[in-house]
Amino acid sequence: MPEPIPAQQDRRLTLSFFAAGLIFLVIIPLLNVLPSEDAWFQVSDFRLNQFGKFLAFAILALGLDLIWGYCGVLSLGQGVFFGLGAYCMGMYLALQIGAESVYGSELPDFMVWTQVKELPLFWYPFKSFWGGFLGAILVPVLFAIVFGFLSFRSRIKGVYFAILTQALAFAAWLVFNRNETRLGGTNGLTDFKQLLGFRLSDPSTQRGLYLVTVLALGAAYLLCRYIVASRAGNVLVAIRDSESRVTFSGYTPWRYKLFVFVVAAGLAGLAGMLYVPQVGIITPAQIGVLPSLEVVIWVAVGGRGTLIGAIVGAVAVNYGRSVLTNYFPEAWPFILGGLFVIVVTMFPDGLVGMLRKARERLKAPSAPVIKAEGGTAP
Amino acid sequence: MGGRLSVVMRWTGIPHTLRVLGCSFVLLCGLGVQSAWAAGESGNPGSGSPQPASPIESALLDLQSDDAEVRTKAAEVLIQQGDASLLPRLDDIREEGSRAVRMAIKPVADLLKNRANLTSDSPDSRRSAAADLAMGGRAEAIPYLKQAAAQEAVWWVRYTMEESQYYLELTAEDPAVQLEAVKQLGELRSANSVPALKALIEAGHAAEATDQHKALATAATAAVDYIESWGWWANIIETFFRGISLSSILLIMALGLAIVFGLMGVINMAHGELMMIGAYATFITQQAFLAWFSPEAFDWYFPVALPVAFLSAAAFGWVLEATVIRFLYGRLLETLLATWGVSLILMQAARVYFGDLTAVIAPQSLRGGAQVMVGVYLPYNRIFIIVLSIVCVLGIYFLLFRSTLGVRVRAVTQNRNMSACLGIPTRKVDAYTFAFASGLAGIAGWALTMVGNVDPGLGQNYIVDSFMVVVTGGVGKLAGTIWAALGIGGLNKLIEPFSGAVYGKVFILIGVILFLQWRPQGLFAAKGRSADA
Repeated sequence: MPEPIPAQQDRRLTLSFFAAGLIFLVIIPLLNVLPSEDAWFQVSDFRLNQFGKFLAFAILALGLDLIWGYCGVLSLGQGVFFGLGAYCMGMYLALQIGAESVYGSELPDFMVWTQVKELPLFWYPFKSFWGGFLGAILVPVLFAIVFGFLSFRSRIKGVYFAILTQALAFAAWLVFNRNETRLGGTNGLTDFKQLLGFRLSDPSTQRGLYLVTVLALGAAYLLCRYIVASRAGNVLVAIRDSESRVTFSGYTPWRYKLFVFVVAAGLAGLAGMLYVPQVGIITPAQIGVLPSLEVVIWVAVGGRGTLIGAIVGAVAVNYGRSVLTNYFPEAWPFILGGLFVIVVTMFPDGLVGMLRKARERLKAPSAPVIKAEGGTAP
Repeated sequence: MGGRLSVVMRWTGIPHTLRVLGCSFVLLCGLGVQSAWAAGESGNPGSGSPQPASPIESALLDLQSDDAEVRTKAAEVLIQQGDASLLPRLDDIREEGSRAVRMAIKPVADLLKNRANLTSDSPDSRRSAAADLAMGGRAEAIPYLKQAAAQEAVWWVRYTMEESQYYLELTAEDPAVQLEAVKQLGELRSANSVPALKALIEAGHAAEATDQHKALATAATAAVDYIESWGWWANIIETFFRGISLSSILLIMALGLAIVFGLMGVINMAHGELMMIGAYATFITQQAFLAWFSPEAFDWYFPVALPVAFLSAAAFGWVLEATVIRFLYGRLLETLLATWGVSLILMQAARVYFGDLTAVIAPQSLRGGAQVMVGVYLPYNRIFIIVLSIVCVLGIYFLLFRSTLGVRVRAVTQNRNMSACLGIPTRKVDAYTFAFASGLAGIAGWALTMVGNVDPGLGQNYIVDSFMVVVTGGVGKLAGTIWAALGIGGLNKLIEPFSGAVYGKVFILIGVILFLQWRPQGLFAAKGRSADA
């Protein structure tokens, strides 16, 4: 569990932040470009692209960590906000295909199959890049404001909120699967060609997208750290630990919850926006109940309540998945399910929490640890 | 018919047996005369000849002729004089004959077969024979339908016979008969004859329509209006029924969830998979019966599968409680995540082991359905599920409010620490209750095999809805769960016809969110002084 960052730690954190920036922004891209193809330390285009995808997921995980790890509100619908962002960007990309599409039509291919003759009205804003870009952030944010306002204001909390968001994910998955929503149905949006005039199939475009993702992740991390370190951040943690006491102290918890929920939704939209051009497809399968839950397991594995834990968890679990599904395709659900059980029952603080504990023990092996009881009543 | 009946009525002084005998005699005579009359009327002078065998034999030969006209005539002869004993021979001819011959034989064979089936022992085959006769559209069937209807005891079969009879009379030559048929079909609220009646209405509006046509059209319009307004009500009732049946499934699921949630504060996401275990237990029992027992005993698999499903799901729940959940008491969101992990593992295990689709064959007694009213057909398997859910509710009621375990469960639900101080073994109560709730899920799975396939995603289809029921109903009161299940299941089926299944679910979600604005703790919240409740 996180404590407010003491001042002496601040310098070290800043240093490691810049070190990470150096590694991700300079060294890894250089390892991609400079060495010859068969050098063992060369990072292939495929790996770099894959890594970019993981970092986009890390932004999504940051958002969930903010609301779940810090504020104690478990949202099982983050996939919906991710999907909204991804679909907004995907709509822009789909309109950029233009005459290159399979049928040579100005409309996206799936509209040709489903006999849509004219571009639906809500597609128009996505003709421009800014439409796609702003939509990818604003649509999830607006949606989160409405949903969050209705839920938090009426003091729906805890499991009730988790269940409602899960139902939301389920409903969104059903709706996006339909053809008449004009979003490509089960097949989703794919076959993108270019972004702002850059060819998506070109490795240098993918490298550029990777760099943008790293920068976005860095910005998202700074934003989250700013929120967490602020007074509002303290209130968030207080809400997690005892909501009624916060209420009795004269705060209005639902406003804080709504704020952090909306920030998380915006981050999820940003992640979706970065995900689409790198992966080249967005389907309803990315939206449903299970993808939303997977985000939770990333954060839990990495260590909730620590921002770095969310990033580590997202990258580690996804990397593990990409390796394991290669060798044992049928085993992944077993492993994922097992991770849920083991992490939750045995390692509630995740990887980062374990490392911290180990370090504390090394530093002060005999000092008694006095810890306040922070569990929430059932 | 009326005349014969009044004759019978005057015999009241005669002993019962004699009366029945005489009655049937009169009936038989009457019918014999009637069929002879029908035969004569259709204008076939040869048919009245006294030699019984030869016209049929020659017609059978004629049926194979190359001349279409000869074939048609032969078919008429066979329809009027033949009976079901000709069917094997017709089959022989059909097998050897050309396409044209087969076409000529088909209506003859169908009519003879259905006519014979009108007196079959099984009500279902009597009914479908009557319906098929109407479909065949041969007026020769009318007297047989009348005769069969007069003797029929099952009202629904009699209804179909009368419906078929009047349907065939719609094309009669006598306008009075036609008009009467139209009126009777209206009275019978026959939805099947609406297209034919509409055709009559159209004929009445055509330019060359005579007064007769117009009169028919007016009668038909009245009949169609009556039928359609009835159909609307029938539809409402069927929708209502489907809603209740969905509610029952949700209720059995949600009861287990709600008890566990109220008692232990555990959100069991694997509840759907426990249901799946019950369904697979039923499937395995069925396979075992197929492999080891004689086919006559097959239907017994279903009652045997009930304890098997309950015990296997309960045993699994027991293990789950002992290995995972007991470490997570008091940490609500964590139980949700951990049990979700378990559900992923179980689902994948089922997928790997059983494959994607397995079906359970319903036992004989649950196939088919009951026709309770004209246009309202209630399948037995759905009725069975409704009854089962009522039994489950009663069982849970007695367990919770009339047994020692129930007292303890309620005490622990209200105040865990105080109960422990008073000597209630709270951990044991937890374990029993969790196993019992899991067993309930197993029963739900057992029942679900009757309405759908068994597949690894079975639990997922219901889990979201069941949790909506728990959330809407509020925790700690059985009544809340029951009302919420009825409400959500009913609304679901009510909205579905207008919006489609997908948007129905979306509307339900919006509805639940708006409802919680009004009552954040659900329908029946447990009253207490806790600020965090």
